[in-house]
Amino acid sequence: MNISLSINTKTYERDVEPRLLLSDFLRHELGLTGTHVGCEQGVCGACTVLFDGEPVRSCLMFAVQANGHELTTVEGLAESQADLHPIQQAFWEAHGLQCGFCTPGFLMTLVPFVAAHPNPTEAEIREAISGNLCRCTGYQHIVQAVQIAAQKVHGGA
Amino acid sequence: MKPAPFEYVAPDSLDGALAAMQQHGFDAKPLAGGQSLVPVMNFRLAQPGVLIDLNGVPGLDGIWQTSDGTLHFGSMVRQSRLERDPLVAQHQPLLAEALPHIAHPQIRNRGTFGGSLAHADPAAELPLICVALNGRIKLQSTTGERWIAARDFYTSLFTTDIGDEELLVEIALPPLPAGTGTAFTEMARRHGDYALSGVAAVVTVDGSGVCTAARLVYLNAGEVPMVAEQAAQMLVGERPSEEIWLETAVAASQNEIDPRGDIHATADYKRHLAKVLTIRALKQAFARAGN
Repeated sequence: MNISLSINTKTYERDVEPRLLLSDFLRHELGLTGTHVGCEQGVCGACTVLFDGEPVRSCLMFAVQANGHELTTVEGLAESQADLHPIQQAFWEAHGLQCGFCTPGFLMTLVPFVAAHPNPTEAEIREAISGNLCRCTGYQHIVQAVQIAAQKVHGGA
Repeated sequence: MKPAPFEYVAPDSLDGALAAMQQHGFDAKPLAGGQSLVPVMNFRLAQPGVLIDLNGVPGLDGIWQTSDGTLHFGSMVRQSRLERDPLVAQHQPLLAEALPHIAHPQIRNRGTFGGSLAHADPAAELPLICVALNGRIKLQSTTGERWIAARDFYTSLFTTDIGDEELLVEIALPPLPAGTGTAFTEMARRHGDYALSGVAAVVTVDGSGVCTAARLVYLNAGEVPMVAEQAAQMLVGERPSEEIWLETAVAASQNEIDPRGDIHATADYKRHLAKVLTIRALKQAFARAGN
């Protein structure tokens, strides 16, 4: 089936099998390997992308369902290869990762959250990231990163 | 961990979707939010021959209120939208209270009201809420439509009264009677996990504070959302008190639910949780009914 979709503002057209998962389409067909695949059952959140602006699990959608839609992946966050998105910068500063496998999923989950929450509480942050598993850090630095990110995005620091 | 091959049909109208359901019948699965169906397809526990994607069908995503106060929902309304909807918050606080317990924000962005109802997981929140609120479900096929009470919709584990060619298209929740308070509470090992136990309480009191109607429904306590009718009846005619809540909770958790033990909790422990949660839910529901 032929599909046409926008990813990180660039239009892609491909002929895909209906059963191809959106996550595999991004990685194997387009080489956008920043989107990680952990569990393929919707539990870990590593494959989170923005689908029409909202975070969703790309392993729980088929590529054909993205026909005509707009996606953003972690590759689309920063302005250029030399830059970091404010949320990425905050993860860097707070050491919000160790191995980094889960990080793209966290970042994509947090883009709309940080935009909507200038001064999030720890409880709000933990609820927002409850669908993303990190097996290295134990979340404390991630929570701090989100607080720093909110300040950066909303001009507080 | 990859789905088996299937034919993909993406109708752009309800008539088209119903025609596809009629054509493919038993071999077809409608695809709503996909947050339960796609995982089981990835596991190959489900291998539908045809997937009928409802995401491009217009007209299934409305929320509206009729003059009798009933709230109507198109089956494809996303759970995240229910969570934010002012009509839901104002008129069906029980639904609003349960929504944040459903998985995680990313899942609720895709997951739909109708999809969760039709999936019929006895541990899921939305079937329980619809049963507790005397909800009704509209099923449609090329040959007609019918309404069914949510309570009658659930027949067994992951099994509903829906026919092979029918689609769940609408949900209706009647207004709460005056003097009604509701509460939902559940216990999960981690927030967003399937709950070990959970209960919805709906109670109505008259002007003098005496209970005139009560309903208790449990999740993960049997093959379907479990209604504890006899226990709830013990509340009727009584003034709320710690003693009557405890008696009711004991009766419901011992006699009217049938939880199965699993790796996370024994059946006895689930009964214990159901008892404790019932007391909490009743306390909260009666406090809210008073206001």
